[in-house]
Amino acid sequence: MTAPSPSRPHTAVVIGASAGAVQALLATLPALPADFSLPILVVVHVPPDRDNALASLLQAKCALTVKEAEDKEPIAAGTIYFAPADYHLLVEAGGTLALSTDEPVNYSRPSIDVLLESAADAYGDGLVGLVLTGANHDGAAGLKAIHDAGGIAIVQDPTDAYAAVMPQAALDACPAATTMNLDAIASYLSSLGSA
Amino acid sequence: MAEAVEDLEIQLLLEALFQRYHYDFRHYARASIKRRLIQARIQLGFSTISSMQDRVLHDPAMLPRLLDYLTVQVSEMFRDPSYFRALREKVLPHLSTYPSLKVWIAGSSTGEEVYSLAILFKEEGLYDRTIFYATDINPEALAAAQAGVYALDRIRKFTENHQKSGGRSSLSDYYTAAYGRAVFDKSLKENVVFSDHSLVTDAVFAEMHLISCRNVMIYFDRPLQDRAIGLFRDSLARKGFLGLGSKESLRFSSHAKGFSEFVGGEKIYQRREA
Ligand SMILES: C[S@@+](CC[C@H](N)C(=O)[O-])C[C@H]1O[C@@H](n2cnc3c(N)ncnc32)[C@H](O)[C@@H]1O
Repeated sequence: MTAPSPSRPHTAVVIGASAGAVQALLATLPALPADFSLPILVVVHVPPDRDNALASLLQAKCALTVKEAEDKEPIAAGTIYFAPADYHLLVEAGGTLALSTDEPVNYSRPSIDVLLESAADAYGDGLVGLVLTGANHDGAAGLKAIHDAGGIAIVQDPTDAYAAVMPQAALDACPAATTMNLDAIASYLSSLGSA
Repeated sequence: MAEAVEDLEIQLLLEALFQRYHYDFRHYARASIKRRLIQARIQLGFSTISSMQDRVLHDPAMLPRLLDYLTVQVSEMFRDPSYFRALREKVLPHLSTYPSLKVWIAGSSTGEEVYSLAILFKEEGLYDRTIFYATDINPEALAAAQAGVYALDRIRKFTENHQKSGGRSSLSDYYTAAYGRAVFDKSLKENVVFSDHSLVTDAVFAEMHLISCRNVMIYFDRPLQDRAIGLFRDSLARKGFLGLGSKESLRFSSHAKGFSEFVGGEKIYQRREA
């Protein structure tokens, strides 16, 4: 495993996680320093009528601002945004967030693919995308889109993941992705934002 | 580079649709439109967006097929039950003081929201004095709304939502099940007028007491949202109510001052009088 080149400037980080997400995010996001300079956009599969308790849970543990993404909200540096339950989260080319009630994708709303693909489109080679633990195939096409647009694709090592199916599917779709365990992801992310 | 060309093609297609057919999607939230147009291109078998544009310009029969991608027909009865509960408990008591009522469901899609409100008004004893205007830009959605027929496997969720909204009756009182479909009662649409109306290109409706426009403005960019909200303000009667989708708000609108929050958490606003 070779760590992706740390020298190029990055503009945003996108993360997708499903089964086992809470633990995986708790192992990575709280490690980020208060001066972390990139926005982080996160899709976690949650049941449609559950309000996003995850954002408040992480806010208590993170040095960065953690919030639920709002429609048409300008994306701010050093902020962690979560997709609200039952809405897709997308990135607009001008650097704002958008929500939509489009059909579920991969049986999921929010869908990781929808976020990753729109972010790949908006950010191109400045994007870092991560697919973490999960028991479905969401995120695979999105990670490939990030790679194809010149961004950096990272997958949680399936053997390290609570549920291996999703990271494995991402790896199958995007074999060029770098695999890392959660510890490595935490330190890699920290290194990104302290430019 | 190929990316940039596709963005240009989308821009041109939206311009073409406006000039040829007067459907104006030019100021819709672009990321979602782009996603759906690429899906349309693939599923309808075109190699480029430009070739799809060529076809729709010369073949009007292509328009409805494209509209199915450009507009999002995702709905549910009593979607976000707490919204309907707030209407029931907080708004309808106000409305009950009027001898006659007008309600506008803007972007009514395939009708789920219309039947939800009709049932709510029946349960609260206000249906008979109310006229409902259900509007949308998608003719097929309007036709489906008018038919009021839904797949039976969706009814379970509808019933659950209806209960959570504080429903006083059983949803099954309002439909008959046959051949895997639930056909909603004709009496629910007696007072409903279905019509084609665009929040982007059409004018005001007069003297509404309640406007419910949910999950439509989320597809608009900011200036377009502003236009729609101005339209709503002008269409409302004094102290009329406006209900939006759970992730929509007036916060960024230049018309924000024209409304006060009535049930903030549910995005229910009241027209403020100067
Ligand atoms: C996601 S659906 C919302 C359905 C329903 N209001 C709900 O919340 O369940 C969005 C609807 O808005 C309609 N729509 C899109 N643009 C419109 C416009 N300019 N004017 C009126 N309706 C529009 C679409 O055709 C679609 O039926």
